Amino acid sequence: MNRTAYINARLFDPANGLDETGALLVEDGKIEDLGASLFSDGVPQDMETVDCGGKLLTPGLIDMRVFTGEPGTEFRETLGSASQSAAAGGVTTIIVMPNTDPVIDDVALVDFVERRARDTAIVNVHPMAALTRGCAGEQMTEIGLLKDAGAVAFTDGDRPLADPLVMRRALSYAHFFDALIVQHAEDRALAAGGVMNEGELASRLGLSGRPSAAETIMIERDLRLVELTGARYHVAQVTCKASVDVIRRAKQNGLPVTCGVSAPHLTLNENDVASYRSFMKLSPPLRHEDDRLAVVEGVADGTIDVIVSGHDPQDPETKRLPFAQAAYGAVGLETLLPATLSLVHAGTLSLERAVEALTTGPASLLGLKSGRLTKAGPADLALIDMNVPWVLNPEDLKSKSKNTPYDERRLQGRAIRTIVGGKEVHVSGGK
Amino acid sequence: MTSSDANQTVLFPHRHLIGIEGLSQADITSLLDLADGYVDQNRQINKKGDVLRGRTQINLFFEASTRTQSSFELAGKRLGADVMNMSVSSSSIKKGETLIDTATTLNAMHPDLIVVRHGDSGAVELLSQKVGCSVLNAGDGSHEHPTQALLDALTIRRRKGRLEGLIVAICGDILHSRVARSNILLLNIMGARVRVIAPKTLLPIGIERLGVEVFNDMEEGLKDVDIVMMLRLQLERMHGSFVPSVREYFRYFGLDYEKLKVAKPDALIMHPGPMNRGVEIDSAVADDINRSVIREQVEMGVAVRMAALDALARNLPNEQPVGNGA
Repeated sequence: MNRTAYINARLFDPANGLDETGALLVEDGKIEDLGASLFSDGVPQDMETVDCGGKLLTPGLIDMRVFTGEPGTEFRETLGSASQSAAAGGVTTIIVMPNTDPVIDDVALVDFVERRARDTAIVNVHPMAALTRGCAGEQMTEIGLLKDAGAVAFTDGDRPLADPLVMRRALSYAHFFDALIVQHAEDRALAAGGVMNEGELASRLGLSGRPSAAETIMIERDLRLVELTGARYHVAQVTCKASVDVIRRAKQNGLPVTCGVSAPHLTLNENDVASYRSFMKLSPPLRHEDDRLAVVEGVADGTIDVIVSGHDPQDPETKRLPFAQAAYGAVGLETLLPATLSLVHAGTLSLERAVEALTTGPASLLGLKSGRLTKAGPADLALIDMNVPWVLNPEDLKSKSKNTPYDERRLQGRAIRTIVGGKEVHVSGGK
Repeated sequence: MTSSDANQTVLFPHRHLIGIEGLSQADITSLLDLADGYVDQNRQINKKGDVLRGRTQINLFFEASTRTQSSFELAGKRLGADVMNMSVSSSSIKKGETLIDTATTLNAMHPDLIVVRHGDSGAVELLSQKVGCSVLNAGDGSHEHPTQALLDALTIRRRKGRLEGLIVAICGDILHSRVARSNILLLNIMGARVRVIAPKTLLPIGIERLGVEVFNDMEEGLKDVDIVMMLRLQLERMHGSFVPSVREYFRYFGLDYEKLKVAKPDALIMHPGPMNRGVEIDSAVADDINRSVIREQVEMGVAVRMAALDALARNLPNEQPVGNGA
């Protein structure tokens, strides 16, 4: 029997309103028991024991927006390397995007991703399947069969589904299967040619802009379609104030809409692009400081349901280019937690909301059993040192790609142990 | 013919048969009763009657059709009419004025009955306004196909003895189906309970207001039904625009024995044809002699169309006695 006792831990689980010092027992990959009184009379001798030193023990993080290069561009990232990166960041479940080569738009390819993950990954991996064939935005995929095969949601990844009729039919069709539709919300026609946020800074830098209105317009359009169809709709990343307002209103009106935001959009703004730093080139682009404040507030008040990394590994050759030509995207699995914690340290986000948006939030959207500390639930856990200061050295990243916007940043807090299905897949400073 | 006709109650008080809409329960019952007689006539060696002797029937088909056109042709011939088939390829025709031109041209030839199929909803009604004879709708766009609904009703009535109180599930492409619309109307008039089962993409908006219960799940919708009517899914709708693929459609919406389990044990299976085996219906189910009445529907089709032609012809002006100065 495989039993480990985590004692002297600050058990923290927003899903169950839990915040108390106690112990947690893992047995055969599941949470056998937990609570303040557990092992108060001491731990049986035959049991492996980890003294958590009063540190934070939370459900393992669930990151529902991770791009990899497998299949197709494994030099950027494999499922295996992404999972190493996840483990190092306290992330126990990653949801991988379908924009690979080939696109994950067929049952056999969902099976492939699941098999490769089983063979090579050290954290849980679930695929989102393409919403349209080849993510081309024209023909919907086999939503029923793909969901039965294990796809947790449907999206064209980093490509917006532009055609409103295709979107309407997809939402309509998905409703019966209770499938979650995830949209990268941006009207590409309106944003055409732009490479960073539209505004004064873009004008000064001589870079063409992508207006935040392109995002809000797409969300507003989609919400009309959600109203018509009743399907579950999720905006992958909300990045500006107007979008947060629109979604807040839609939720008040009872629409089945949810949204996410990436850690970089919560912690960085367009000024970080200043010296044409291509590692700051993201899609959607980093926005104005007012927008950043609005999305932080959106997470705080529950308008924004999940925080994602938006992990998008790019090799140096596609980043070491003039800003306009450089690829979009940044790695983020290992900075998701510290970046989010920086908001907690700054006092702009409660620890409860932060952890909720990283665990229960995505779990309930995707119908996962993890994301909470519950007896008999999977022992997917993160032991977090909230306060340890460290400096991010890109070379230390486990990801195959090192394109992080946080390079050389001073960060505070990180995962010191990551446990997936009862197994320790990351121990800080060791292994 | 004599003045005794004037005393005869009018069997079917309509000049045209454009749709089920506008018909009463009595109208439908009369047609079905009349059709019952023609079923017997069609099973005899001598199938020829003479109630339409001297009449001219034109089958005007703007859309290709095999079974409906041949069914109407046989029906007319067995009643003794002179039948002419006109197939007008839809590509060579423009709508509106040309349709009306065609109508007035044909009208000048003094037909008594015109059977029309057209790809546009409402086209048959438009044509009926421009001719002096009776018009039968053999299918207009996604609007109505009244003789199909009548033949379905006849098939059910002969098998089950009634229509009232039966639960009928219509499954598949309701959105584009004129058969579904006519059947929903007819079955409601006759007191049956109608369900529709389809993916939401193949359901017209507001369908529930037509007097049906709406289901997306076959296994929920088929529970305890007496009749399962499958509809054809057209090829161009199968590949991503309305449903993702044939295999997914069959998996969730195709009729097979597994899904049929929840229906009544004696539930009948119907299909207006032509069938896509392995798309909307499993081959074995389609051919199940104990449950499938698909071939019987074809037989009833001829009888129902004879009844419709007969009923309409009875209301046409009759030959005046020679020398009466008419």
